[in-house]
Amino acid sequence: MQPFEYANPTTVKEAVGLLGNKWDEAAVLAGGTDLISLMKDYVYSPKRLVNIKNIKELGGIRADKAGLRIGAAATIDELAESPLVAKNFPSLAQAARGVTSPQIRNMGTVGGDLCQRPRCWYYRDGQGLLASPGGRSLVTNGENKYHAILGNGGPAKFVSASSLGPALIALGATLTLQSSSGSRKVAADKFFVTPSAEGSREIALLPNELLTEILVPMGGTKNATYEVRQKEALDWPLATASVALKMSGSTVSSARVVLGHVAPMPWAATQADQFLAGKSLTEAVAEDAAKAALSNATPLSQNAYKVQLARVAVKRALMAAAGARG
Amino acid sequence: MKQTITVTINGKAYSHEVEPRLLLIHYLREVLGLTGPHVGCETSICGACTVAVDGRAVKSCTMFAVQADGRQVVTIEGLAADGALHPVQQAFWEQHGLQCGFCTPGMIMTSRQLLERNPSPTEAEIRHGLEGNLCRCTGYQHIVNAVKAAAQAGK
Ligand SMILES: Cc1cc2nc3c(=O)[nH]c(=O)nc-3n(C[C@H](O)[C@H](O)[C@H](O)COP(=O)(O)OP(=O)(O)OC[C@H]3O[C@@H](n4cnc5c(N)ncnc54)[C@H](O)[C@@H]3O)c2cc1C
Ligand code: FES
Ligand code: FES
Repeated sequence: MQPFEYANPTTVKEAVGLLGNKWDEAAVLAGGTDLISLMKDYVYSPKRLVNIKNIKELGGIRADKAGLRIGAAATIDELAESPLVAKNFPSLAQAARGVTSPQIRNMGTVGGDLCQRPRCWYYRDGQGLLASPGGRSLVTNGENKYHAILGNGGPAKFVSASSLGPALIALGATLTLQSSSGSRKVAADKFFVTPSAEGSREIALLPNELLTEILVPMGGTKNATYEVRQKEALDWPLATASVALKMSGSTVSSARVVLGHVAPMPWAATQADQFLAGKSLTEAVAEDAAKAALSNATPLSQNAYKVQLARVAVKRALMAAAGARG
Repeated sequence: MKQTITVTINGKAYSHEVEPRLLLIHYLREVLGLTGPHVGCETSICGACTVAVDGRAVKSCTMFAVQADGRQVVTIEGLAADGALHPVQQAFWEQHGLQCGFCTPGMIMTSRQLLERNPSPTEAEIRHGLEGNLCRCTGYQHIVNAVKAAAQAGK
């Protein structure tokens, strides 16, 4: 690992003053569970790390009139164990509990989960996020069984690694990004982006910004997350679906269905949302909604199996939400 | 630039100047000679390096020593009190919860947290709670038995 300068601020103001205008100048260090592995592999070697775990204002989970406020440095374990979250947002609690292993949930933060870099093995091997040295995609011509089946028409073929992203988008969360010149609020569905050029990132965060808080409105939705994994341990899911339904009686008045781990960003399945509006949720309707969600899938040479897994995730998340307390 | 850190390890306070890039596992093993926590994969997969930081099991191979500054660290060496094995250690011994022993310090540290939070876990909860620890020898059954026995002994 390359040496770096270590900064240990105790306030947000101090922290943002230590960030730079380019990614290699400085990086935020939260739990370090993702950042340190990239640094060990020389995929990323920032000159300064800004530790945010000693900034009190970034911790904790609490509720007020506006909704649930999650500090960016709250751990995934705190989210998974919070009674407040379990009661109002089972989809978020389920996504948090899914993040593999107690050790990672203890150390990893909510902000770190949202900002973690993709796990595409070509990227982790130093071939760039788009894995196209000399303009030739290593993904389309190589091993792509865990890569994207949606939104993969451009050069980005990796999948977004965040388990919390899809749940937060379905729940209509807003993120606060702070820099030394001010703060801005970004809707969770605008935070994730599909990069079209090497060097740009898969999130809207700028190098001089710190993610400080995630606000989840108390929407009164029925919500659930369903994950499909190869095995229980050690890996990211193969496909997930997070759904949030506004109901009037037994009829869906509006729906948000968001898929995880199938596209370079959490994938808003708007066809499913449209299909579900005005319907009463039966198993057959959930199955048709799942088909609609995947209707635009464009699997690569080795990953057509993920289309069916994602359909199952959508159907089961919908059925779980319908059965959940509203 | 080197940083001065103060860490309480197994109840004793230590202060050292360390390079920021020094990993906690290397600090424990190489600076303090605590070779109980093992280096297995160094990529936060296997869990052999698991220690408790402020009471929570973490993988010390993917954490800097500077991140432990001001915190309480417990390693496998810190469990036995006055020569008596910790109940989880005792149960691993009695139930043959180990063969080569490489995974054992990590398994025990994670099992300890598991039982602190859930004193009567089901078999499924034990297996799920140990998902971040790999064992190449036992096939896990004796480890699960050991955690069950430790839970029983704790009653
Ligand atoms: C074995 C294993 C299994 C895993 N399984 C899953 C899984 O199933 N699902 C899943 O979602 N994740 C999974 N993860 C990933 C894990 O959730 C992330 O590594 C963790 O959430 C990152 O949080 P952190 O606090 O450690 O972030 P760090 O490693 O400290 O940071 C990660 C990135 O985010 C940036 N960053 C962090 N916080 C902020 C902030 N507040 N503002 C701006 N930038 C910030 C950092 O600069 C860095 O680029 C797994 C990881 C491992 C090692
Ligand atoms: S050595 Fe740390 S998880 Fe394997
Ligand atoms: S006892 Fe040998 S690795 Fe577990």
